[in-house]
Amino acid sequence: MDRVESHTAGAHGAAHHAGPAVLREVNPAILPRPTLVENDRSFNWITEKICGIIEEETPRWWWISFAVACFVASFTLVGLVYLVTTGTGVWGLANPVNWGWAIVNFVFWIGIGHAGTLISAILCLLRQKWRTSINRAAEAMTIFAVICAGIFPLFHTGRVWYAVWPGFLIPFPNSNYIWPNFRSPLEWDVFAVSTYGTVSVLFWYVGLIPDFATVRDRAKTRLRKIMYGIVAMGWRGSNRHWSNYEMAYLLLAGLSTPLVLSVHTIVSFDFAVSLIPGWHTTIFPPYFVAGAIFSGFGMVLTLMLPLRSIYRLEDLITQYHIDCMCKIILATGTMVGYAYAMEFFIAWYGANPYEGFAFINRAFGHYAWAYWIMISCNVITPQFFWFKSIRENTTLVWVLSIFVNVGMWFERFVITVTSLARDFLPSSWGYYSPTVVDIFTYFGTFGVFCFFFLLFIRFVPLMAMAEIKAVTPQADPHHGHSATHH
Amino acid sequence: MSKLLNGLIARFDSPGAAMHAAEAVRDAGYTKWDVVTPFPIHGMDAAMGLKRSFVPRFTLLGGMTGFTIGMSMIWFMNAYDYPLVVGGKPLFSPMFAFPVSYELTILLAAFGTIFGMFFLNRLPMHYHPVLKYDQVHRGTDDAFFIVIEARDPKFSRDGARKLLESVGGTDINELED
Repeated sequence: MDRVESHTAGAHGAAHHAGPAVLREVNPAILPRPTLVENDRSFNWITEKICGIIEEETPRWWWISFAVACFVASFTLVGLVYLVTTGTGVWGLANPVNWGWAIVNFVFWIGIGHAGTLISAILCLLRQKWRTSINRAAEAMTIFAVICAGIFPLFHTGRVWYAVWPGFLIPFPNSNYIWPNFRSPLEWDVFAVSTYGTVSVLFWYVGLIPDFATVRDRAKTRLRKIMYGIVAMGWRGSNRHWSNYEMAYLLLAGLSTPLVLSVHTIVSFDFAVSLIPGWHTTIFPPYFVAGAIFSGFGMVLTLMLPLRSIYRLEDLITQYHIDCMCKIILATGTMVGYAYAMEFFIAWYGANPYEGFAFINRAFGHYAWAYWIMISCNVITPQFFWFKSIRENTTLVWVLSIFVNVGMWFERFVITVTSLARDFLPSSWGYYSPTVVDIFTYFGTFGVFCFFFLLFIRFVPLMAMAEIKAVTPQADPHHGHSATHH
Repeated sequence: MSKLLNGLIARFDSPGAAMHAAEAVRDAGYTKWDVVTPFPIHGMDAAMGLKRSFVPRFTLLGGMTGFTIGMSMIWFMNAYDYPLVVGGKPLFSPMFAFPVSYELTILLAAFGTIFGMFFLNRLPMHYHPVLKYDQVHRGTDDAFFIVIEARDPKFSRDGARKLLESVGGTDINELED
């Protein structure tokens, strides 16, 4: 960096030899950057803090939460067993709404996952170093959200095992020579979501290797040494390894960025490729991606703020981090609000009576209650984040982040149900309500999610230690004598 | 049975010190040596004289394989092996095959990247001599080490020790093979 600057200064100076010397002086403005680790913490402090979380005795709140999570998760299990043994009719799917909570919950959970990949991949490419304290937990959230999401499209087929064998979703040769239809966006979903899940796991694991090595080197018991030793793969911090590792990490970030955008784009194709009024619009891909990031960041805040206060992580997840996330929610929430307005405008401007009716019906029809919940949570809630005093009030941020999640669930509900319940023919109109099985299965997925997330907190370093150390001021090799270089 | 000498290891307490020492070891002409750090240090690759990583080649290879598999699989399944007419559309068009091929491109490129990285790093390897050194746990915590291996053609026990001492290395120890 230094060399490049002085070189350009020299070339510049040579070109304008006649000018006064002051023109050749290069005095780059140094933008003040907020510190990412507060209170001047040392490398060892970071190791102790983060490893301490998984090395201490299991706290009582963890056992209580884990028991509750298992109990709630059992609702999903029972719901799914009942569905498979009885039939898909138990989900309240009937004409004209053949796609109710199943796809609503699928799109909702997939969207939750997107902030994890966004934080780890897009912010990595944009060199936003504040991502380091939150990316590990956000990526874990992604993986668990994708697991929850996968349940719904898989089980809405009824006999789930047919998805794999004899290959109605995953292309396997079978005795009837039937292959999946690759013109169907639902088949694209299979590839998009499974690729997304796989790449998220790989990305997460690659980031974990150096931290697992740290935990292995500190392990006191033989069991921990062996278990963490296996997953650390013999990592020893060699710089020859770091060189390949960093390149691989950067490439994975580069691959995940188009992946995360494509996944939600393909999910939106489930709707946009059809001819149903209210679905058949080109705004869906960008609008779904913005919404996904919006809801994902809502969930990151919902999860990280309690963790920050339980484990006293204020030095690592600083006010600056919360500010950044709030601002992303504000930006994406405003994009979502713009998309709502634009949908209405195009429905009017396009002069298609069915399209126009679909939107008026959304806002003022039988599902108006859902529409206005959506508008208040998704368009009004994020606007509070314009104010610094609100961003600094952690409790309020946490409450607002929950509103974001509620609002985004209703967005998917409004899109899916209102369009199907009132389509072209008034003779086939209906009103959709979920069944008890629907409600319990969905409620249970929060237990499934918490079950995995609690295990993650207990056994995996919650934050990327190596990366956090690398963004501290003392990690810069020129730290302490930078004055000589400028 | 006498233990074989694998190399010398020296400790440094700051990234800057380790990087200056690495520059000195590089300039002294050693080739079989390494720096152990708890996190990647910006500029260390140049200080060690490392070339750009080869990982991107594996990524490219994986990506091209994925795209080819995707396109040819869909053509084979929907247009050749069991021609499927849907809505009178052509049996094969790169348009409808693109989303799946695109996802497979990314999937195989990611596999290529990760397994390429493991392959280039010779991981997993649980038996490396550095891991046997009793102080190396600090190398994943807060200390920086330089290892000069005995198989380096320029290696001599005294020469390497003198070099490591002169660049500020402390706690210089011999690694056993």
